[in-house]
Amino acid sequence: MEKFEKLSGVAAPLPLINVDTDMIIPKQFLKTIKRSGLGVNLFDEMRYDDDGNEIPDFVLNKPAYRNAEILVAGENFGCGSSREHAPWAIKDFGIRCVIAPSYADIFYNNCFKNGILPIALPQEQVDILMAEAEKGANARIEIDLEAQTVTTSEGEVIRFDIDPFKKHCLLEGLDDIALTFEKVAAIDKFEAAASAARPWV
Amino acid sequence: MSPKTLYDKIWDAHLVHEAEDGTSLLYIDRHLVHEVTSPQAFEGLRMAGRTVRAPDKTIGVPDHNVPTTLDRAKGIENEESRIQVEALDRNAAEFGIHYYPVSDIRQGIVHIVGPEQGWTLPGMTVVCGDSHTATHGAFGALAHGIGTSEVEHVLATQTLIQSKSKNMKVEITGKLAPGVTAKDITLSVIGETGTAGGTGYVIEYCGEAIRDLSMEGRMTVCNMAIEGGARAGLIAPDEKTFDYVKGRPHAPKGAAWEAALAWWETLKSDADAHWDKVVTIRGEDIAPVVTWGTSPEDVLPITAKVPAPEDFEGGKVGAAKRSLEYMGLTPGTPLNEVEIDTVFIGSCTNGRIEDLRAAAAILKGRKIKEGLRAMIVPGSGLVRAQAEEEGLADIFQEAGFDWRLAGCSMCLAMNPDQLSPGERCAATSNRNFEGRQGRGGRTHLMSPAMAAAAAVTGRLTDVRDLMKVDA
Ligand code: SF4
Repeated sequence: MEKFEKLSGVAAPLPLINVDTDMIIPKQFLKTIKRSGLGVNLFDEMRYDDDGNEIPDFVLNKPAYRNAEILVAGENFGCGSSREHAPWAIKDFGIRCVIAPSYADIFYNNCFKNGILPIALPQEQVDILMAEAEKGANARIEIDLEAQTVTTSEGEVIRFDIDPFKKHCLLEGLDDIALTFEKVAAIDKFEAAASAARPWV
Repeated sequence: MSPKTLYDKIWDAHLVHEAEDGTSLLYIDRHLVHEVTSPQAFEGLRMAGRTVRAPDKTIGVPDHNVPTTLDRAKGIENEESRIQVEALDRNAAEFGIHYYPVSDIRQGIVHIVGPEQGWTLPGMTVVCGDSHTATHGAFGALAHGIGTSEVEHVLATQTLIQSKSKNMKVEITGKLAPGVTAKDITLSVIGETGTAGGTGYVIEYCGEAIRDLSMEGRMTVCNMAIEGGARAGLIAPDEKTFDYVKGRPHAPKGAAWEAALAWWETLKSDADAHWDKVVTIRGEDIAPVVTWGTSPEDVLPITAKVPAPEDFEGGKVGAAKRSLEYMGLTPGTPLNEVEIDTVFIGSCTNGRIEDLRAAAAILKGRKIKEGLRAMIVPGSGLVRAQAEEEGLADIFQEAGFDWRLAGCSMCLAMNPDQLSPGERCAATSNRNFEGRQGRGGRTHLMSPAMAAAAAVTGRLTDVRDLMKVDA
């Protein structure tokens, strides 16, 4: 997995609450058997009209945000389905970091498996960053995962919390499966004990 | 020993390893797999030269893409859908997992097939690359959705890296009024707590009204725990659970049954267990409800009126405005005057036999409103067969419903069952998101009985009005 250490980029504002996975990547794009290539369909129904033309008003279609690497959104971001196509599409578009007051559980976990950093901050601080994002390409936001900070273009530093294990994996770009294989002896032992205790499983 | 919740007990029984920071490795008893979220996971295994660690605990069934029309034996027309289903056929054979192909009468929606075949048992950990895995919590199993990377992780290691959630109790006291069903309970809970109210929690549903529900009803309640933001929802197993499980193809038999039962009977929260959050709702206060907006928390009794954005606070004001515009609704309109174009009865929320019985009870001797498109999609081939045996299928067809084969169908419209832009649907599924049932489609969520009532009148309808006529 790609490492995440630092990022300095333009942030796209998406001031909506409950942005669901059907909005992020509608189901007609779930038919792929690959992980790549979904970026052009990120937010498809908000981004294109019925004929497939770009809707100029949608944030990611505006010149300032076409190369955005950060997304700032409202609470409960990523609610809905477990589709990992949502973070795949976000990443494929080029966004490596999402900032919102809160996330849906499965989406939040899925981000980490794909080298995306989801930052949760109190609403007041998200409001500051949303205002910052509104400035378009004039404002670059800096993210430092090691230091757990977001720095605005004005130099304001906002600290965020993150689970230490998830942080470690993201910083090092670690593969979960390889990590778990290191514990295979413990799994073997558990499996033997469990099948003795609950043979019907 | 300190008192524990049911969730604590199942968690402890499956803990393989716990790091100092609380990051845990949890053993998975059942892994359900469908065609949409698994191809990349199997491909990952292949590329790394890995195998499925416990193929015997892994069950696959295609459901999201499969056609539900009667001629589906002729194959899937949409090429991408066909490739996805064929990929699962191939992966199931190559890795040797249990499999129910499209041609098998037991095929159906993964969350209906699992319990039906006795794969889902009390006290288990159950995962699937699908958020509605929460359904299996109705058996007192810890069941939740995972992403594709995690599917690959479970395939390879039969474990999942997890941190423990907090404990939330949702108690529904007393009795439900006539016409009020499990769907009304679960929607009302989300209406009360919001779609993020359960974030960070595992919910245990309890109370008399929950006890009184059938297993089908309990599955409906747990199914939508995810819409309330919770990682999982569960209900302590009891006699009803054991009766439902007993004799199912993959349920334990003989001495193994007795041993299992002895453990299952201990699966309940201790009286003095600690809850991080408690929500109590009186069963008597729950009305038949419908959703009016584009979030499952946009729930109101059918007797209410379409709300105005100003009725809300914070970010919800803008969200409500957007929802109303998308839904084409005017504030102040009585909900029961909203006309619909389509009725969809089915999905892993409400595609079980009891749901079909509830719909049939309303539809018996009645016709659907002229010009309406109405379909019933049973949750599995076996549900379909049973409904035919009980004569329900005749009632549906006589009423004017299209009687389909099993699959996810118009719940998410990955197959050809879709709404057109602006089309309004009374649906028994679980999500009313923008575009969920087809681009521009407008979804109102409700119970099967309410959807059947809407089919008869052609508008959102209080099912109790039709029940009165009967009495
Ligand atoms: S019926 Fe709907 S919610 Fe259930 S698994 Fe299928 S698509 Fe998902």
